[in-house]
This record gives sequence, structure tokens and C-alpha cells, in this order.
Amino acid sequence: MRTLLRRLGFYLLAGFAAVTLNFFLARLLPGSALQNALAKLRGANLDPAAIRALEAQYGTGADHSLPSQYLTYLSGLLHGDLGLSTSQSAPVSSILGSTLPWTLGLVGTATALAFVVGTLAGIVVGWKRNGLLDGLLPAATFFQSVPYFILAFLVMMTLGYFGGFFPYQNGYDIGRHAHLTPGWNGPFVTSVIEHGTLPALTVVLASLAGWVIGMRNMMITTMDEDYVLVAAAKGLPQWRVAAVAARNAILPTISNFALSISLVVTGSLVTEIVFTYPGVGWQIYQAILTGDYPLLQGILLVVVFTVLAVNLVADLAYVALDPRARKEA
Amino acid sequence: MRALRSPKVLAGSALLLVLLLLAVVGPLIAPHSADWQADRTSGLPLAPSGRFWLGTDQQQHDLFSRLLTGGRDTLLISFLAGLFACALSVVVGVTAGFVGGLVDDLLSALANIFLALPGLLILMVIMKPLPPSETSDPLLIGSVIALTAWAWGARVLRAQTLALRAADYVEAARVIGERTWRIILFEVVPNLLPILASAFIFTVIYGIGTYTALAWLGVISPASVTWGTVLNEAQSSGAAVNGYWWWYLPPALAVALVGIALALVNFGIDEVINPRLTSARTGRARGVVFRLGLTPVLKSAAPGPAAAPSNPVPLKEAQP
Repeated sequence: MRTLLRRLGFYLLAGFAAVTLNFFLARLLPGSALQNALAKLRGANLDPAAIRALEAQYGTGADHSLPSQYLTYLSGLLHGDLGLSTSQSAPVSSILGSTLPWTLGLVGTATALAFVVGTLAGIVVGWKRNGLLDGLLPAATFFQSVPYFILAFLVMMTLGYFGGFFPYQNGYDIGRHAHLTPGWNGPFVTSVIEHGTLPALTVVLASLAGWVIGMRNMMITTMDEDYVLVAAAKGLPQWRVAAVAARNAILPTISNFALSISLVVTGSLVTEIVFTYPGVGWQIYQAILTGDYPLLQGILLVVVFTVLAVNLVADLAYVALDPRARKEA
Repeated sequence: MRALRSPKVLAGSALLLVLLLLAVVGPLIAPHSADWQADRTSGLPLAPSGRFWLGTDQQQHDLFSRLLTGGRDTLLISFLAGLFACALSVVVGVTAGFVGGLVDDLLSALANIFLALPGLLILMVIMKPLPPSETSDPLLIGSVIALTAWAWGARVLRAQTLALRAADYVEAARVIGERTWRIILFEVVPNLLPILASAFIFTVIYGIGTYTALAWLGVISPASVTWGTVLNEAQSSGAAVNGYWWWYLPPALAVALVGIALALVNFGIDEVINPRLTSARTGRARGVVFRLGLTPVLKSAAPGPAAAPSNPVPLKEAQP
């Protein structure tokens, strides 16, 4: 219980730090650049009240003091108000509301798939050390060391453009001959799955190797422990001995999952841009092109909180799985 | 240097050396300057040919020359980012691990927060408004990227420092009355070097990915041509949709090659730090049969003159 409270305290602190950082990032921008952004903002198709709200958000227009600006910002956040997008003249929260499901569906599925498959494969590769699979490890290095968007380019080129196996653009068929109505109907869902295949494959390929190698290495280290030897000496069948080792080897993998989730999420967002997938990543690209700071910062905040939430879940799983974590400190 | 005997490390370092060499001399041996344009009237990219080995882009720049010139800044910035991030992680990690107590708690919390923050997104927000005069400064860009990259190394180094602090020889040095800075510098840090090397490589891979991504998305506009800017131009001209593969495939592959070279070296370092991880197929443990509870021994080990004193008889299988 104490451990849990400690961890919860950390997440509160981290969330607060992220919010504060987000608030000050805009104020740390060089003055001329900020004016630049605000000039765009004034030219945007917004009503005066909205512009005043944005000026208050960036601390330029109204002559409020910094602490009062900060408090206004915090209370806005607590009400789910992330500001107004300057390029799309809509609240950031509603833009995120329409794009987040795409990203959650794509990244969530791909990451979960990669983690489960990678961990299972890692157990097998580690257990059968001199098996054929071990020879594949250098190939895994390739996927581990190539940045997500480069891998996305390669996947798009080989399987999409030249191979023609899957569509490599947009989230669903929006061609001239497509008659799809978004919603829960057969043709639309099929189209979404088809279009999601290559981006998901990229994310899986890029993150899979990390889980396999991490799990294999932990498996090999764990197999030298005495309790595994005892399990084998008791005459347990092979797979149960492997299970004893795997259960212990999986613990560090869970904390690794928490550590690398922010890299995986960032990489997936960038992958969306390559495939012009209509998720949050594509909005990031639009925001960069148009210099839309409120949108960019809103996305940043949402991503940070998603990552923190995943970390919290991983922490809870760790405490549930490892009795030592409950006793410690 | 046992690491040098691993074929992975050898292949990786050779590849890395070639790439670094190309980055240094690339701009000199390129057939044209990066800004040279073949023909200003045509607006169509030319496919690779005898005249232009990698074709041209929409402005008729020679892409082979751009590939050769583009490596310099890309590699310089990613290695600078790796260096700065490593320096930061040594300071934070070793301090946290060695001092302990409240300092440790605070620094660890800081590192964990930085680990959870999506570095690339923060860099976008920070760098987008910077004027071109600042985004073209490799030192500045390298150090800003390093600010988002140090936390992982700090965490690993802290864990290792914690383990070393309790080691007998560090305890002995303290009992003799060595000063703390001397213990840290001469007893602890040398034993962190393999982990530090691994963290450095990891950070350089992160650095090259991040820098190229930033340039590709048009967040920063470097003074010179880099692999990222070529990708950016290709992206905004829709090269992928139009099938101009020669435009963005070579720089993408170049970035991938750097990553692979570094990862191969890292693979070797991992096996030196923890010899048990050696692959039974490709590594030094080729031909060894691993069986649970038994110490693996080479079955066919010929008792050569070097191996003779320690292992005179080729054992079939050792008893536990």
C-alpha cells in the first residue's frame, strides 16, 4: 500500500510538472517568434472573445500577472479546456476528440500485439538458446535500431507502393469510387482494417525486436537461478520449468514496458504522418505546417497524460505480480 | 579488447567507420555542390541514370551529391547529442547512486519524469519558433536534443553505481580515507564504462532519429543540406505518392545504416558486459550446448597451446 501511494505521488508530481512545463514552454519562446504565432492567430477566423482568450493563454494581451494567468490556465485544464486551434478555428479538445480514437485504435492494438507476441517469442528464444530462432537476433537488431519513420518509409515502399498488398494512405478508402459511410458497417470496418495494416505492421516491427531481445536476455539470466534448477530437479515437465523461469523473467520486462512506452507512442505518431493516417500524429504535422501552437501543446499534454496512465497501469501490474515490490520501502 | 573479436562488433565498427569517413570527405568528393541545379526549366524529378546516379529532385538538384553532403551535419549533431546526454547522465546518475538519500530521490524522480515525457513532441514545440540562425547551429541543436535524452542513461548508471558503492574495493578505498571525488573518479567511473558506452550508442541512435525527424517534418531548417531536409522536400512534393523512390529512399537507408552499425556495436558491448547473453549460433559460444543446471563446455575444444593450462582435457560435459 505504501509503495502504491508513493507511486501515485510520483504520478501526481509528474503530471503537475508536465502541465507546468507546458504552461511555461509558450512563455519561454523567443518574443519575436511568439509575436509571429500570435500574428497568425489574429488573422485566424476567430471571434474577438476567442482571440482574447488565446492572448490570455499566452500571456501577451491582457495585463494579468503570471500567477493569475497560471491559475486561469490550470482551471481551464481541469474543465477540459485546451484552448483554441488557430488553424482550424475549433477547440483543441474537439479536434482531439475526433482524431484520438484513430490513434488509440492503431497504436493500442499494435503495441499490445507487439508486447504479447514479443514477450512470448522472447521466452521461447531464451529457453531454446541454441535454437534456430537465436540466429535471427541480428535481424531483430535491424528493426530495433532504425527510427520508426524510416522503417515506415521502407514498409510503405516495399509492401505498399511496389508490392501493392495493402493501401498505404489515409485511414479508409476515400477514393472517387469509394462509397463508404463512416460507422459500424461491414465495408467501412474492412476498409479501416486494410488501411491500418501497414501502419500497425510498422509499429509492431519496430517495437517487437525490443521485447524479444529484452525477454530473451532476462530469460537467460533467470535460467541460471537456483530455483529454476530446483524446478528441473523435481522432475517437472519442460514447459513448467520454462514457466517458472518466465514468470520471474517477465518482471523487468514490465518495467521496461513502462520505460519505453513514451518512445513507442512518439514513434507511432510519426508513423501516422508517413501513412497520412487521420490520427493525432497527422494533426501534429498539420499543426507544425500552420504554426498552430495551441493544438501542438494540447496534443503534447494529451500524449504525456496517456504515457503516464500507461506507466501507472504497468506499475500496478508490477506490484500485483511481485510480492517483493509490495514489501519494499 | 575482447569486444573486438566479436564479428558483430567488427562489422558494426567497420560500417560506422566508412559512414563517418563519408561524412567527413563526402562534401569534397561529391560530383556537384548540394545547391547545384542541372536545369531550372524542368519541374520533373529525373530517375537515376548514368549522369545522375541517384536521379534528381524537383529543383533538379543532384541527389547523389546531396546524399554525400547531407551526412556531415546529421552525424555531427547526433554524436554531439550523444556526448552531451552522456555527460549529463553520468553527473546525474553517479551523483544519485553515490550520494543516496534525498538527493537520490529527487534526481530519480526527475529522471523518471523525463523518461515519461515524449521528447520529440517537446522538441517540436521548443524548436518550431526558433529563427533559422539558431536552428543551424549544430552545438545548440545537439545540446537541446541531449536535454531530452539523458534520463535513460542516468537511470542505468544510477543502478550500477548503487551496486558498485557497496563493493568491497570501494569500501576499502573509503576506509583508507580516499576523498569522495577520487573514489568516484578512479574506483566507480571506470567500472561504469561499458554501460556508458552502451548508453552513448543508444543516445546517438535516438539523436539521429530525432534530428532527422525534426528536419523531415520541417520543424527546423538547417543551414546546410542534411538527410532530413532531403526527406522534407520529398515529403512536401509528395514523392512517395508519385513514385519518386530515388528521392527519399537513399537518405532513409543512410539513416537506417547508421542505426544498424551502432546497434551491432551495442550488441557486442552487451555480450561483453554479460557474457551469458552470447548467442549460441553467431557469438563466441558457437557450438556450445546449453543444458539447464550444467556448465556449458565446448565439446570439441582442441587443447591449443593457449587454452591448455586452464582446460587441458576436452570435457564432454561438466557436472553441476
